[in-house]
Amino acid sequence: MSEQMTAKVDVDLAQPSILSRRNPLRYVLLLAGLAVVVMLPYWIYPPVAMDILSWGLFAISVDLLLGFTGLLSFGHAAFWGGSAYCSGLIASHFGVPFPVAVLGGALFAMLIAWPIGYLSVRRTGIYFAMVTLAFAQMLYFVANQARDLTGGENGLQGIPRSFFGIDAVENDPFYFYYAGAVMILLGILLAWRVVNSPFGRVLTAVRDNPARARALGYDVERYKITVFVISAGLAGLAGGVFAISHQFASLQELMWTTSGKVVLVTVLGGIGTLWGGLVGAGVVVTLEDYLASSGFEGIGLITGTIFVVIVLLFRHGIWGTARNVLRRYVLERRQKSRD
Amino acid sequence: MSEFIQYTLQGLAAGGFYALSALGLAVIFGVLGVVNFSHGACYMLGAVISAVLLGELHVGFWVALVVVPILMFAFGVLMERLLVRWLLALDPLYNFLLTFGLTLVLVEAVKQRYGVSGLPYEVPAGLGGQVTVGSVNLSTYAIFACLFSVVVCVAVGLLLTKTRIGMIVRASTEAPERTRALGINVGRWVTPVFGFGIALAGLAGVLAAPTRAITAEMGSNFIIILFAVVVIGGLGSILGAVVAGFLVGLVEAYGIAYAPTYAQIVIFVLMALVVLVRPSGLFGREEVA
Repeated sequence: MSEQMTAKVDVDLAQPSILSRRNPLRYVLLLAGLAVVVMLPYWIYPPVAMDILSWGLFAISVDLLLGFTGLLSFGHAAFWGGSAYCSGLIASHFGVPFPVAVLGGALFAMLIAWPIGYLSVRRTGIYFAMVTLAFAQMLYFVANQARDLTGGENGLQGIPRSFFGIDAVENDPFYFYYAGAVMILLGILLAWRVVNSPFGRVLTAVRDNPARARALGYDVERYKITVFVISAGLAGLAGGVFAISHQFASLQELMWTTSGKVVLVTVLGGIGTLWGGLVGAGVVVTLEDYLASSGFEGIGLITGTIFVVIVLLFRHGIWGTARNVLRRYVLERRQKSRD
Repeated sequence: MSEFIQYTLQGLAAGGFYALSALGLAVIFGVLGVVNFSHGACYMLGAVISAVLLGELHVGFWVALVVVPILMFAFGVLMERLLVRWLLALDPLYNFLLTFGLTLVLVEAVKQRYGVSGLPYEVPAGLGGQVTVGSVNLSTYAIFACLFSVVVCVAVGLLLTKTRIGMIVRASTEAPERTRALGINVGRWVTPVFGFGIALAGLAGVLAAPTRAITAEMGSNFIIILFAVVVIGGLGSILGAVVAGFLVGLVEAYGIAYAPTYAQIVIFVLMALVVLVRPSGLFGREEVA
């Protein structure tokens, strides 16, 4: 699918990175990013900081599919919300430390992703988006019906935040942030490893030219299902941390609007940039928090308008635009020094 | 048995809403290659405008049945000219995302203006009663809605297969390059076809107004079911959209009647089966991967 989408957005991906592996700027950027993650709860309300990281990883999981495999999943709420409920239930019933509960939730997300992925990859492009959307909505109805388990419209309330009996993490959102951030960073590391592995190269080949990848002997469908399940696991990780952070899981997490919102975050950050997801999440979550606290009710008006404007005028996203500007600058300088 | 007939009629009436909307979705997809996410919101707008016409201007159902599709046609033309047009050359996913954003705006705008509780609407005079056939009582309005949708679907089908306009539209769908080479201005048909598709969604909204709760969210679930309908029927197929629309309406009605817990889920199971057995849909052609 999406010959044009990927070709238009990911021109930069096809070229070797401008910063070589040994370029110190890479490490400077990485350290700066880590510093921001560490400092975030000092600057903003810690639960909001946790939301930003959770949504960031969620967006990265979508980008893994959209940017690197060329599949637009419009049903990722199933994995985010499915894991939110599952993590919450594990934490409530077994009293295990929250990372164990979150891993359980992520595992559950991967478990339901397999059949959904198996069916969905039979269609490509826009059909894939519609089929994933419909399956996610099916899960929403299941969760709504299974009231005994999920609490129906009341949601799953009072999820405990147990962490090896360490009081500060369990009760203070500030310290909990760091415990949660470690899990999110591990998820991001995993996504980065996937993209930069031989497996990731095959995914890019599947995205750019599925027929050729098939001719070279790669089982395209199997690669798609595998990355779909991995992506669901990452979305589940993010959803689990989100639910534990809020100590609450609701049907909202399973709604198709959540699937749409994460795609918005991904596109705003920049498709095919991986890191862009975190930037997009930073913008969207802070904006929503600001609007909600200022008593503005029509958040949909703002997010919807942003979506329309980005898609019309700003398709490279924040990270993608920044990268293009940097690339142009570097290339011009190289050209000059050659002259 | 009499209950079964009642459920069947309810299913066909609901299926009529799906069939009309799916028809609009399919026509738009055929000519523009756009999957209009805001189709559910347009259905909602159709119902809300009918309710506002009745509540504030005292304009009744029969007038709304004519006026609302015209208004929605104009809305569709604006939407195509101002927004959708700029992304037609790109991957269809971009227009999918654009119309998704538009959906959020429309739903929120209606919610802000008319609140979350339903707007009142009454069944038009003369259609409020019940018809007794043998021992079975059937709602007159359900019969009307069902027949009306069938008539409109058949009329659109005839328009597409028997007239010159229909021939041009079908040719533009199937082979735009060749149609252009034959001297037909394909681009000129894009805007009216988009408006026409939106008008069909609006018409479904008017028809649904007397029987459904009219809220800003009424299109939210509708659009997902509509996607299931076009996946089942095959998105490129006009006939598929209509048949699958009625089929899903029936499945939903029987589900609500006999297995209320699973009513919504059954539709998606049906979709899963179709994707498994015939990925391109019941009436769809094989897509080129």
